[in-house]
Amino acid sequence: MGDHSSPEHIKKTVRTYLIIGGALLVGTVLTVWASYIDFGSVAWNITVALIIATVKSSLVAGFFMHLISEKKAIYATLATTAFFFVALMALTLWSMHDFPTFTRVHY
Amino acid sequence: MDIPYTIEPRRDTGLYNAKVGIWLFLASEVMLFGALFSSYVLLRVGNNAWPHGLLNIPIGTFNTFVLITSSVTVVMCWANLKLHNFGRAKLYLAATILCALMFLGIKTKEYNDKFIHYAIRTAEGKEITGHIEGDPHFLTLKKLRAQKVETISFAADPEKDSRGHETKEAKAEEKAHAGHHEFKPIKVSDLTYVSSYVPSHSTYFAIYFTLTGLHGLHVLGGALVMTYILLFSNKMWKAQPERVTNRVEVAGLFWHFVDLVWIFLFPVLYLL
Repeated sequence: MGDHSSPEHIKKTVRTYLIIGGALLVGTVLTVWASYIDFGSVAWNITVALIIATVKSSLVAGFFMHLISEKKAIYATLATTAFFFVALMALTLWSMHDFPTFTRVHY
Repeated sequence: MDIPYTIEPRRDTGLYNAKVGIWLFLASEVMLFGALFSSYVLLRVGNNAWPHGLLNIPIGTFNTFVLITSSVTVVMCWANLKLHNFGRAKLYLAATILCALMFLGIKTKEYNDKFIHYAIRTAEGKEITGHIEGDPHFLTLKKLRAQKVETISFAADPEKDSRGHETKEAKAEEKAHAGHHEFKPIKVSDLTYVSSYVPSHSTYFAIYFTLTGLHGLHVLGGALVMTYILLFSNKMWKAQPERVTNRVEVAGLFWHFVDLVWIFLFPVLYLL
């Protein structure tokens, strides 16, 4: 929180926290509602759900976890984490097209 | 011995040490859950028919509300500590712990519902899901044979479409029966498979219990830490109020991460 921890600033942010909490509840309803709509394919339904989840998690990380105004050391830690997380997911996706011969059952 | 940098920030990081510590820990947690999410992706893509509609969406949605509410209450606790309202902060912390316990209670009920929900396969290869009369837990064909049970009373689930939603006909039929199960006798000798919805039932339930079980342990851990802070901070609040505030901030950061993981788990396991 650093420079933003004065009582005046905290009072202002309390209102923001409540608004973000409300937005997260609405986002949850939106996620459930979207799951009942056929967007054309399962892939599209997954994409829509993950977009909503990403927006919701950004609100949590940005406001509740104060990431919109943090110190460099934390951003550096998170950037490293993001790199390895993306690498992990990329390896997973890559492996789907690279099964060793005779190890996959074809239907 | 005094622990350094519990209140004042270090010059090099600009942060008190516990905050650096919790973020490093959360970084490792991202990789832990990331590994399990990537396992989920591999299992799902490698599976011919991923099941839908096996979990209770209204209960899952309510539990999501509970966890989001707890994220709001914990951040309100921290804000009240910053404003030196210790009494109100304690109330918010107690509300957070209550939400955590409610989440775990609901999750336990959900788990129990799965342990009494069965999939059976007949000798003709027909698979039916539903409930066995008396709602026994963890029955298998081996156990039924060992207990020399000849017949089970089985109520099949309402018919569902490919996306796991109940068909209109099934809804109308369920309404006509006022939600009561209609049990029919089935000979055990006619069955080739009996399993409740336990991890060994399918790849889906294996990853479901692994992910939600690990997440549940995190909820429990967070609740324990917050209970400790709630019960044992009075003395510290008088001597070092900023230290209590920082403790709540660190516990809160962990708690928001637990909420963040659930934001992804809920659609991935319940809805898609």
